[in-house]
Amino acid sequence: MTDGTNGTAAAEAGWFDGLDPGDADAAREAIVTGETDEPRGWPTLAVETGRVDSTDEYYEWLRTATIETARAEVADRERSDDKQLVHAVRAMDDTERVANELAERVTEWGGSLGLEDGSGTTYARRLAEHDPEDVVEERVVSLAARVVGLADEAASLRAFIERTTPTVAPNLAALAGPVLAARLIALAGGLGELAKKPSGTLQVLGAEDALFAHLRGHAPSPKHGIIYTHEYVRGTRSEDRGSAARALAGKLTIAARVDHYAGDRRPELDAELDERIATIRAREES
Amino acid sequence: MSRPDGIEKREFDGRQRLSTRGAAVYGEPVEEGWRAWDPHRSKLGAMFEAGMALELPDEPTVLYLGAASGTTVSHVADFSGPTYAVEFAPRPVRDLVGVAEDRENLFPLLKDARKPESYAHVVERDVDAVVQDVATRGQADVALRNRPFLREDGRLLAAIKARSEDVTREPEAVFSDVRERLETGYEILETERLEPYHEDHLAVVARPRI
Repeated sequence: MTDGTNGTAAAEAGWFDGLDPGDADAAREAIVTGETDEPRGWPTLAVETGRVDSTDEYYEWLRTATIETARAEVADRERSDDKQLVHAVRAMDDTERVANELAERVTEWGGSLGLEDGSGTTYARRLAEHDPEDVVEERVVSLAARVVGLADEAASLRAFIERTTPTVAPNLAALAGPVLAARLIALAGGLGELAKKPSGTLQVLGAEDALFAHLRGHAPSPKHGIIYTHEYVRGTRSEDRGSAARALAGKLTIAARVDHYAGDRRPELDAELDERIATIRAREES
Repeated sequence: MSRPDGIEKREFDGRQRLSTRGAAVYGEPVEEGWRAWDPHRSKLGAMFEAGMALELPDEPTVLYLGAASGTTVSHVADFSGPTYAVEFAPRPVRDLVGVAEDRENLFPLLKDARKPESYAHVVERDVDAVVQDVATRGQADVALRNRPFLREDGRLLAAIKARSEDVTREPEAVFSDVRERLETGYEILETERLEPYHEDHLAVVARPRI
């Protein structure tokens, strides 16, 4: 690989070739894109070619350059939209889970005081409106208000995911629905990572425990992981569910690859998937 | 067994523990500037603890592959000279940069240890040691590809993780394959299982075959 600024000569040279100490952008470019077949005695070479006066000076320059480069690269890669989506999905799952756990606590506590009845976040929502009559009720009502806050946050996160996923991964979002698409991206660790996985892996993402049990030889292979939540898998009768999961995973893999490498929307993917599932479901009648 | 200068056994809470001198990184106990080095969290620490002959000179130049967030590499940089830390995943490199900021001789590189050509323009040759702790398939190949960085009598200090090669196979079978593959480019000097510190890991000390 060569780049415009350094050309092929740099391919045989050190990262510092042709650079001035102090030119941070050029140093970053050279460290990130440079390539060489063989390592050489770079510290000595940098002194011999007059880039720096001593190896101590070289190491100081190298340190600044590598730290700056690593920091900037990490920021670039972590700030990308798909990585933000990964955080959002995990945050949504966490807030929902904690809201439900706390709602159970509130239900139990509220019930002991004979305050209304019901369960879950709906109950917490009613209880949060209650006018507390003593210090104990005050605590329960306050806790219920936290549950409501968390449940609202989870809903906002879901809305954010529904809005964002179609711009990050238009085809995957169209085929899987925005939330499932975001979950798949999160399980893979990013859109690029998902695009590199074979369809058989995507098919069982989220079923890692079952997959490893199978690989160790004491369980059947899982038919589906998180894609079970898709209507095309869940809504297909169990005899054909493996086929449906395989077909869906295949199309989702293509969608992820188009989204990552090309980025344009291809509605024909939706049509192909619909058709394939219809064929599988038609087996039932015959 | 010889330890390079800069690594000492010191007493922490009534126990003799490995330690190095430097800025604290992960909330480890510190006594008089010496940081306790936990062999349960560090495969290289476990190799020292197991009494393997690592044969490092004082202030070695080190290429560390699989630096992660810098737990072990921080200790390495404490007793080493120039230390190149290669890590592939962006998230841990964020922490690694913080570790490097507190150390003058640590150079973080967001690079893939399987592709040494992508950092051979930065990392110098003739390093004293390549320390390898990468959780990827093909760990022997990673060691072979990075051999050109080592000086003639340098040392490869590798922790081979059986589960990264194949979760379904017996670790001993995996290790014997890895050993065989390594021997195409290295002379293996010593191997040791890292239990009880790390499960299903084989520590390997080797030097380049010339």
